[in-house]
Amino acid sequence: MSNTFFAPRLNRRNFLKASAALGGSLVVNLGVAANSLLAAQEFAPNAFIRIDRRGLVTFVMPQVEMGQGIYTAQAMLIAEELDVSLDDLRIEAAPVNEALYGHPMLRRQTTGGSTSIRAFWTPLRVAGATARRLLMQAAATEWNVDVASCRTQDGFVLHPDGRTRRAYSELVDRAASLPQPPAEAITLKQPSDFKLLGTARKRLDTRGKTNGTLKYGIDALPAGTRIAAIAISPVLGGKPISVNQTAALAIKGVRQVVITDDSVAVVADHTGAAKKGLEAAAITWDDGPNRAVSQVDILRLLDEKSQQAGAVARSEGDVAAALSAAAVRIDAVYQLPFLAHTAMEPMNCTVHVRNDACELWVGTQNMSSAKQATAALTGLPPEKVIIHNHIVGGGFGRRLEVDGIVHAVKIGKQVKGPVKVIWSREEDIQHGYYRPYYYDRLSGGIDGAGNPVAWSHRISGSSIFARIAPAAMRNGVDPDGVEGASHLPYKLPAIHVEFKQVEPQGVLTSWWRGVGPSHNIFVVESFIDELAAAAKMDPVEYRKRLLSENPRALKVLQLVAEKAGWGNVLPERQGRGVAVQFAFGTYLAMVADVSVAKDGTVRVTRIVTAVDCGLTVNPDTIAAQMEGGALYGLTAALYGAITFSEGRVEQGNFDTYPPLRIDEAPHVETHIVPSAEAPGGIGEAATSAVFPAVTNAIFAATAKRIRTLPINPEDLKA
Amino acid sequence: MAFSITINGQTHTADVDGDTPLLWVIRDVIGMTGTKFGCGQALCGACTIHIDGVPTRSCVTPIDSIAESRITTIEALETLPHGKALQDAWIELEVPQCGYCQSGQLMSAAALLAETPQPTDADIDSAMSGNVCRCGTYQRIRAAIKLASA
Repeated sequence: MSNTFFAPRLNRRNFLKASAALGGSLVVNLGVAANSLLAAQEFAPNAFIRIDRRGLVTFVMPQVEMGQGIYTAQAMLIAEELDVSLDDLRIEAAPVNEALYGHPMLRRQTTGGSTSIRAFWTPLRVAGATARRLLMQAAATEWNVDVASCRTQDGFVLHPDGRTRRAYSELVDRAASLPQPPAEAITLKQPSDFKLLGTARKRLDTRGKTNGTLKYGIDALPAGTRIAAIAISPVLGGKPISVNQTAALAIKGVRQVVITDDSVAVVADHTGAAKKGLEAAAITWDDGPNRAVSQVDILRLLDEKSQQAGAVARSEGDVAAALSAAAVRIDAVYQLPFLAHTAMEPMNCTVHVRNDACELWVGTQNMSSAKQATAALTGLPPEKVIIHNHIVGGGFGRRLEVDGIVHAVKIGKQVKGPVKVIWSREEDIQHGYYRPYYYDRLSGGIDGAGNPVAWSHRISGSSIFARIAPAAMRNGVDPDGVEGASHLPYKLPAIHVEFKQVEPQGVLTSWWRGVGPSHNIFVVESFIDELAAAAKMDPVEYRKRLLSENPRALKVLQLVAEKAGWGNVLPERQGRGVAVQFAFGTYLAMVADVSVAKDGTVRVTRIVTAVDCGLTVNPDTIAAQMEGGALYGLTAALYGAITFSEGRVEQGNFDTYPPLRIDEAPHVETHIVPSAEAPGGIGEAATSAVFPAVTNAIFAATAKRIRTLPINPEDLKA
Repeated sequence: MAFSITINGQTHTADVDGDTPLLWVIRDVIGMTGTKFGCGQALCGACTIHIDGVPTRSCVTPIDSIAESRITTIEALETLPHGKALQDAWIELEVPQCGYCQSGQLMSAAALLAETPQPTDADIDSAMSGNVCRCGTYQRIRAAIKLASA
């Protein structure tokens, strides 16, 4: 195991700078008895850990909790190596400080891409092990024994005599005075010695979610806060023309009307008055250059551009020759819609712009961009932007974008005192950064024995990397745009994959749970199923043949087939579908059972997953992410579609952009393959797998191939 | 005008228009933030409270309709007959993910158990299908309601 550590943070001077900023940070009290005062003397070996003289262990969390269980999982990494009870950790959200809390993979202070465990698996364990080593050294010095002869247990250093021990709290002063140990002195535990990692632990943030005490960003209420309801131009790029300020101000409780370049906000004593004032304001808009944007035009553009060559992401073998020699050739167009995120916590941000600083109370996945955007808008130096990051009421990628913060700061600049800007659900759905619409062209061929001989896939759609990180583009290929498509788990003799960037006018696009794979796995796993059907072979058997050189993928497939009862005969109009993927560093196989009514209504009755995500942290959280990830994708597969007309999004609330409800929810069963491999990501894996598992099951039930999402019951009538 | 309302046994006054949804009185005027805003149209159930024991979407309930009715919010869930059992079951089975919808889920579940102490799956579907969870915790919600009712 490498001991490489994210270098700058093991530095006490840096830590002290960070702790000054901590003064204003959100403290997430997770049920540990509150202590009245911070001790004067603390042992703070790195930016993640502080131990005070009373033994209070504080863990400063670099990542944001948005339901994925990371507060608990990362706390487990620290507690394991520090050798303290999980219940004894007090957790704080990190302040914005990339040098100390930057993401080792993403190089910013960001939470996304199912990377939190992958990125911090080693750094946090090293942080815990380093602190433990210093505490042992402190005790060994006091006892005048060799540090190597000491052990630790649940917050104590044990003397080699087997009787004497010192609590960590007693060693704080001495440990704080010791120099950092050299990297080679830090030994991480072997997995066989883990006490916490790999065991199901209760999440640390649950109680506050059952009694109303946990505070999300939308719950922040600094003294004197007023509430603003916001209307953003219904067409991207439009601006307000007229606002009836008099009518708005006549509403009881309304204090101020704020007009920005593309929005109008009504500031009031409470949201009810603000919303009423916004309605009274009777805003008229100049729709601007995107006034004519329509779904029909977007699809025409994608259809046209997708017929042109794209940038080559991968090309091996002679696909053209193999296709023309194939016994059977299949050509297909797959289409995936724009999708909104609809986190349960609507977009919001509380902001207090002052001359000398700007404070934000928000739940964000992207501390770095929040800080940069706020500094740019206010003209303040970045270090004068103070962000109180909160537990997030659903991220799904939406809170990687900071447009909600940008709108709030623009409004806040015109308001004296703190103002909380709340988006209505309609604003939230109609002003998204949508998952791109993808238009994919595929051609595949099989030989006389049914074996695939050629695979060609051209992906056309918006590039997120081209907008936010153009340096990540590779000769015109968006690495996210082809993730899950360019490298398949299957052995194929000839493969050619292209990416064609197409940017529809008047639409913002960004990450959506499952990112690139949430699009590509649907296409790839559907098309493999098409080849299996053309070869007249069982979909599981077909995949097994192609996975003979991929033991981890083969194993999850075999396990899921066994657990799902693959091969059992099902009644008419019921079907079972399978999907296999390697994405986010995790192998996953999923089987969905569906039943299709005569009117075409699809009911998913059961989902079984088998997952190999390497070494595990909290198996129950893995199961929870399988359940949640699958249902998030299933909602989109059944219902998700954002469409445009006259520049406007046609959907508005949960009636027109429907979520899956409890009476439609299948039972999700999770089987974890024990593994000693490096940890993989888990938050998004099931989201990408569920689309093809379900549509392949629909094919099994009805012989109808779904190539366009969302699933349309009209196409499935008996 | 100023309204006087009773929430969790305590009297509060709010000087707001009569058509102000109760949700905003509870959250913004009184400052009790356990009750959540999700959709504003009674489509998601995040704002569910009890009015005289009846589960009600506070986002569409105007304050002038309350009069002397007793309002109970998530902060007083424990005082309801099955409240503590539900909270314990939620923790035991690790129901919440992001947790934002869970105040509403728990208030709907408490109303269900008050009416139907041993609910069937169909009872649960019927009582809980107005509460949306985007994290997909439904199967654990179902199991936790059954655990709390056992």
